[in-house]
Amino acid sequence: MTINFSNYPDEQGHFGPYGGIFAPETLMAALEQLTQEYECVKQDPEFLRELADDLQNYVGRPTPLYYAKRWSEHLGGGKIYLKREDLNHTGAHKVNNTIGQALLAKRLGKKRIIAETGAGQHGVASATVAARLGLECVVYMGADDVVRQAPNVVRMQMLGATVVPVESGTKTLKDALNEAMRDWVTNVDDTFYIIGTVAGPHPYPAMVRDFQTIIGREAKQQSLQHEHKLPDALIACVGGGSNAIGLFHAFLEDSSVEMYGVEPAGLGLETGKHAAPLCKGKPGVFHGNRTYLMQDENGQILGTHSISAGLDYPGVGPEHAWLKDIGRVNYVAVDDEEALQAFRDLTRFEGIIPALESSHALAYATKLAPTLAKDKIIVVNLSGRGDKDMNTIAQIEGIEL
Amino acid sequence: MSRLQKKMASLKQVGKTALIPYITAGDPTPNATVALMHLLVEKGADVIELGVPFSDPMADGPVIQKAVERALIHNVSLDDVLEYVRVFREQDAETPVVLMGYLNPIEAQGYEAFANAASSVGVDAVLTVDMPPEESKGYLEALQQVGLDRVFLVSPTTPGSRLSAVNEKGSGFVYYVSLKGVTGSKELDMEDVAQNMTRLKSKLNMPIGIGFGIKDGATAFEMANLGSAVIVGSVLVKLIEANQSKGRYDMHLAIGEKMTEFRDALNRADMNRVGALNT
Repeated sequence: MTINFSNYPDEQGHFGPYGGIFAPETLMAALEQLTQEYECVKQDPEFLRELADDLQNYVGRPTPLYYAKRWSEHLGGGKIYLKREDLNHTGAHKVNNTIGQALLAKRLGKKRIIAETGAGQHGVASATVAARLGLECVVYMGADDVVRQAPNVVRMQMLGATVVPVESGTKTLKDALNEAMRDWVTNVDDTFYIIGTVAGPHPYPAMVRDFQTIIGREAKQQSLQHEHKLPDALIACVGGGSNAIGLFHAFLEDSSVEMYGVEPAGLGLETGKHAAPLCKGKPGVFHGNRTYLMQDENGQILGTHSISAGLDYPGVGPEHAWLKDIGRVNYVAVDDEEALQAFRDLTRFEGIIPALESSHALAYATKLAPTLAKDKIIVVNLSGRGDKDMNTIAQIEGIEL
Repeated sequence: MSRLQKKMASLKQVGKTALIPYITAGDPTPNATVALMHLLVEKGADVIELGVPFSDPMADGPVIQKAVERALIHNVSLDDVLEYVRVFREQDAETPVVLMGYLNPIEAQGYEAFANAASSVGVDAVLTVDMPPEESKGYLEALQQVGLDRVFLVSPTTPGSRLSAVNEKGSGFVYYVSLKGVTGSKELDMEDVAQNMTRLKSKLNMPIGIGFGIKDGATAFEMANLGSAVIVGSVLVKLIEANQSKGRYDMHLAIGEKMTEFRDALNRADMNRVGALNT
């Protein structure tokens, strides 16, 4: 099977049967304009130079590929490397994308930025670039997430953003996205919507992916430097799937590289209280694209559960849906408990506090590493740092703040 | 010609503006819907737009979001909505019914299964908010095959280049979203609507209904001079919300009064036009 993955999506944003543009009419013209502008800038040397400069000097790239020696030896088996996206400015991979989209917003002459956020990392990254460019910024966040990710709410407010708690529906990420869409429909003339993941209508899944693929391009080069070969396995957590596609994409055509996308099994896949559409859902249309969804038999979107706000989403990027169907990426799931254990282990063995989202990828590494020989290399995307999760952790561990 | 097309043509012939009220099926309770539909017809509705509840109505404002939530407490499904239409048709074979909703419940049934079921209970047309003409392959054919009309949305931001797809793929009428925003939001900019309607009328080959933000008779009167149909939704749904605990009589009274206000306004506008022609 030889697929040229860079040929996807097609012009209307399709990855096989997935993706596309299923948007309300008011947004169609804005999406078309965005697609045209994006197609134009992605070949514009001036834009690419500006982006590269920002990523190096403002974000702090390249991020290290760190060999977690002590943890690897403890687990016994393959060598685990961590792609340190947690060391980016603002503390997660999200900023790779917001930097790019903010440059686009500036080009399009938009004065106002809106964003949805789950864990708050994308909200912080959006508020950050808005502050830097002097743009107004409004962030929609599920009311439940506002509580469990309180530190990030304060950060956004300090950065000058207005955080709007969304009380409708399940009060989590999907409802924040609904509300951001409603804002965009209303203010489409002067507003740029920075979507934080590889979902939504075309061109978002392709554009966000392109801005995130720097993760995999760097990891590939670094693996060759450190180990003189490509990794044997890649692991990343999947909510919407932006950090995962960012790591995977540069390796898709390297057939020796196994890939694992890790979905949140919440309280357990069998309980129904999870957020694992690729493992347990079926295809449908939601938030502007066709993809795997958690839905009931009547096509209503189901509420989700995950300890990690950033993975608590009933859909997933359409490219992942396609990569699942063609068998290029393995999609697996780990539950809240397993993620928490990995969170504790990495913190104690390596002195690195990971985000609860990234802890799902780490938890899968603890299962995979012991099955591999000592010369095998695993790269785990450490997509963000765990400072924002201290409230959740303190509550679970019975620590009073 | 379909029931909807015939209705629009006959209204045009007598110079009458169509009044198209929207309610969400199953709001406030499943057993309220059929009676409300008959009431709307009795108070002057020419066509009924029936909302299919969806968990994530991203193009709707707070009023219709809440209506959908009320319906979903009772797990009102697409099948249930079709059942309401079947019962409605037992007593009304004339008033066209347009289903309005989002794509995923239809995807879950399968396009053909849905189209067959909808047409067999007497649905006349389908408007799917998140299904633009570009993605409508399969969906379109399934609806066409059983003679269901396809109503598409056109908005103030729709470029001329996309209108030919609407002409080609749509039928029955075109729903002009009269403002940038969600259902039930802000005030209408009359001048903006008038300008856009002039542009659209020259390019679209079917009647144009105007909806979003029409709250009272005065606004409806203005709109009747611009489009072939006036669509009212949030203002009626708000009355359902306000009267939900008071019982059917009060709710019907309130909705009946509002419908009469709209019908009278449209009749006045229609009469004025006739008068203008005669002088």
